[in-house]
Amino acid sequence: MKIYSLIVYFFILLFAPLMLGIINRTKAFFAGRRGAPLLQVYFDIIKLLRKERIYSRTTTTAFLLGPRVTLAALLAALAMIPFGKIPALISFPGDLFLLVYLLGTARFFTVLSAMDTGSSFEGMGSSREVWFSFLAEPALLVAFIALARHSGVLSLSSIYASLDHTLWREEFISLILIALVFSIILLSENSRIPVDDPNTHLELTMIHEVMVLDHGGPDLGLITYSAGLKLALFSIFITALLPWPPVNPWAGSLIAGLSLVVISLGVGIVESSMARLPLRKVTHFLASAILISLVALILSL
Amino acid sequence: MNLLVPLLLAPLFSSAIIMILPNKKLGKILFLTTGAIHLTIVFFFWFEKPFPILKGWLELDSLGLLILSLMSLLFFCASIAATNHLAHTTLLRNRDKTGRKVLSEKKTLAVMLLFLESMTLSTLSQHLGLFWIAIEATTLASAPLISYHRHPRSVEATWKYLLICSVGIALAFIGNIFLSLSITDPGSGSTVSLLIRDLAASGRPRDSLFKTAFIFLFVGYGTKIGLSPLHTWLPDAHSEAPAFMSSLLSGALLNGAFLGILRISTIYTAQGESAFIQRIFMLFGLISLLTALVFMIRQKDYKRLLAYSSIEHMGILALGFGLGGRGVYGALLHLLNHSLIKGALFLTAGNILALYGTKKAPKVRFMLQKLPGSSFLWITGFLAITAFPPFGLFFSEFIIAKTALESGRVLVSIIFFLALTLIFIGSAYLFLPMVLGKDGAREPGKKETPLSLAVPLLLLVLSLLLGIYFPAPLAEVVEKAVLYLGGSI
Amino acid sequence: MYFSIEILILFILLSDLLLLASSRILLCIRTLALQGILLSLLPFLIEKEDLELHRLLLGLLALILRGIVFPLMIKRTVLKVGVKREVEPFIGFTASLFLGVLAFVGCFILDDKLALPISADHRFLLPVAFFTIFTGLFLIITRKKALTQVIGYLVLENGISTFGISTLAKDPWFLEVGILLDLLVGVFIMGIIVFHINNEFDHIDSHQLSMLGDWKKGSITNYLNAEREDK
Repeated sequence: MKIYSLIVYFFILLFAPLMLGIINRTKAFFAGRRGAPLLQVYFDIIKLLRKERIYSRTTTTAFLLGPRVTLAALLAALAMIPFGKIPALISFPGDLFLLVYLLGTARFFTVLSAMDTGSSFEGMGSSREVWFSFLAEPALLVAFIALARHSGVLSLSSIYASLDHTLWREEFISLILIALVFSIILLSENSRIPVDDPNTHLELTMIHEVMVLDHGGPDLGLITYSAGLKLALFSIFITALLPWPPVNPWAGSLIAGLSLVVISLGVGIVESSMARLPLRKVTHFLASAILISLVALILSL
Repeated sequence: MNLLVPLLLAPLFSSAIIMILPNKKLGKILFLTTGAIHLTIVFFFWFEKPFPILKGWLELDSLGLLILSLMSLLFFCASIAATNHLAHTTLLRNRDKTGRKVLSEKKTLAVMLLFLESMTLSTLSQHLGLFWIAIEATTLASAPLISYHRHPRSVEATWKYLLICSVGIALAFIGNIFLSLSITDPGSGSTVSLLIRDLAASGRPRDSLFKTAFIFLFVGYGTKIGLSPLHTWLPDAHSEAPAFMSSLLSGALLNGAFLGILRISTIYTAQGESAFIQRIFMLFGLISLLTALVFMIRQKDYKRLLAYSSIEHMGILALGFGLGGRGVYGALLHLLNHSLIKGALFLTAGNILALYGTKKAPKVRFMLQKLPGSSFLWITGFLAITAFPPFGLFFSEFIIAKTALESGRVLVSIIFFLALTLIFIGSAYLFLPMVLGKDGAREPGKKETPLSLAVPLLLLVLSLLLGIYFPAPLAEVVEKAVLYLGGSI
Repeated sequence: MYFSIEILILFILLSDLLLLASSRILLCIRTLALQGILLSLLPFLIEKEDLELHRLLLGLLALILRGIVFPLMIKRTVLKVGVKREVEPFIGFTASLFLGVLAFVGCFILDDKLALPISADHRFLLPVAFFTIFTGLFLIITRKKALTQVIGYLVLENGISTFGISTLAKDPWFLEVGILLDLLVGVFIMGIIVFHINNEFDHIDSHQLSMLGDWKKGSITNYLNAEREDK
């Protein structure tokens, strides 16, 4: 069985950046442009990896840690995600907490490296970034706990494995609410509209972009790739909720790919049709996410 | 032909015709005629009871007959007062003498007839669902009339009235649902009949739901009655409404809602829960009494005082019905007399307001000289409402107090006596200076007209008669009603 | 069609949360319309047998009135009065949402205590009905604008009807019609009165409708001071 998990794992590692490409293409389509080619992100990453490294004199080793720890954490987190009935590479009871805290670690080091630059602008951005992640994390955790209550186990692989038709029929409302919370967290954690505009060039409106503003070269390449991995991670949270039948790894990878594409399209459509919320409304948005996840939890009791 | 049909249809048709008719004089005549026809038909009912219609959904029992008669009589008097009022105000482009916008004459008359219709319907309904619809309809029909004078205060009063009563009645609907649920057997799926007699006779599997239902129904319809602490809309609404409407609201509408609670209480008595409901009746009755007491002392607005007095008397009614036994008889007498006296008082207050132009009692002085007829009515009304013999209220309160003492409820009796005494003193502070006080306040406008005096006089005389001489047909119907409610003569 | 009732309950729940959290009156009206439409579909989803003609007509009437007419009437008043936002309610919007979630727990406890007979398929129907009743009452109590109070009243009635439809088997059809007619006239009159309030006061802030009253702030102190001055 492990070989199946490995296949899907590498499939996701390979095709995650494609999601970013699809999102950009969708937004271009809605804007009436042709947009960059789908594989552009790959070319960007390769180009960045080949560039020269230049670091500021005010930064220390902490500056280097940010991108690298992020990538490592995401690689580890992806290893814990099951896809449908195919279990993850690593799974043990309580692994969902480890996953959430891996994301937290990644965020911590990102913020650390940003503040290492000594610029006050990064300080402002760090406070915003941490505030919104602070709101998003309980929503994510409570949603996971609600999900765990439905299936009765604490391991992600087992949780997702138990989501079959009967569970869906019984707990429809709660599962839909959990999916809704996951979607909101996806938009929040991946800095998408309506929480954050990834294409903004106005510094005062940036939240997550601030963190990566001072990185360049290979570090930026690592960050871009990690962004794709994070997007894939959160997408799998959502799509794996559906009651998939147990499949063989090739078909499983195909379904994985298809669902990644669908989520990317969805994100692209949402980005094209909404405006970015004002910052205090983002707080309300995420607070409602927490409350909806609480409702899902109540329904599961 | 069953006379219930024209009783219900006449106000409806007249209302529609008045709205369409361009001739105002004809509209007024039609309005008065409908009131008269209504009163006549109700008078016939005293001699020959009509058959129930709509499969027993609409039936006139003895208690209903009493309350319907009061409603009809008060409406007739109010209709005379209304047409009198409309005649004395310039209704050019719907403005009265002071230039304030008022409700158009056609709409006033039409809506009053709809109000009569919905009140009649509520008296006749033996089905809880139909009763609910009728009471909600009375709220909706009376709301535009409260804001007859388009004035900030009356609009505020109307909004409070509309919202609070509608929410209360919505709660009563929850009570309806709980009641039917408590009677249904789980899993049977058959229709539950919400007819009063069916509910009283049915088996009852669920105890707590049954009691919960009563609380919801009591609080819900209690809002409409004006029992404290649900009374907050009453002082505003009854004081801001024009006089002819206030008399109807205090004298007829409160009774109609009370009828509903009484009919519901018969269900509970038949199912053996009389101790439970009596406690609730007495509790709310005493709280209403005390609330009215607190707000009547140092009250400066005489119409508001009358409104709080209504709350006080509704509290006494609840107390009387809650005491059971002979208290029910006392409470029924109290109901009859209070409607008549309160109607008369509000109509007189309307005269005073029209002639003095203010609702503040300190500004009304020396009525004895300026408005002798009204002052006679005012003082008589004051004595009547504070239960002086030989007016009927004396006997009813006496019976209630006697029942309280006989059943050993000492604390209740003490509160009752104390409250009544203090209310008397407080009201005297307001009423007497208005009539006798000589320090110059406002001068009244015109002289009072005989017609405006005759109507309240009639009502007061009736109440006096009820105290002195109780005609046999009336006694018979009252006795039947008392027995229906589970009391004793 | 297993999921149809579940979807319905889900959307009623989400609409309640939205009503608690939103300050835009027009959005609340649209949510109310959605609730009305869902509510009128509910009886057909619960009882799958006997689709008699009068039930169908009743459902259609309920749909038209609750889903289209009532929201339209309130919307007309909103446009006439010009108030589009609930600006400063007694309990803020995020706090309302939080209290709503707490109340949601309460609704479950209530449902548990009442133990009403309802099939296991629809076990969320009653808590959500109670929650809708709570939302309606909450809106009436904590919102200042008179129009939001009218919306709250309609939400309250929606919740009560949901409660009634889920628990009682069959209701005589003319009662339903009577209730709908009552609501129709009620909303009509409420709209007119709100318009009057706006004309007389230049606002529809019901919190400021406090001219009438016997208990003014500081009245006791004033009274005591006045007494002292007299002496």
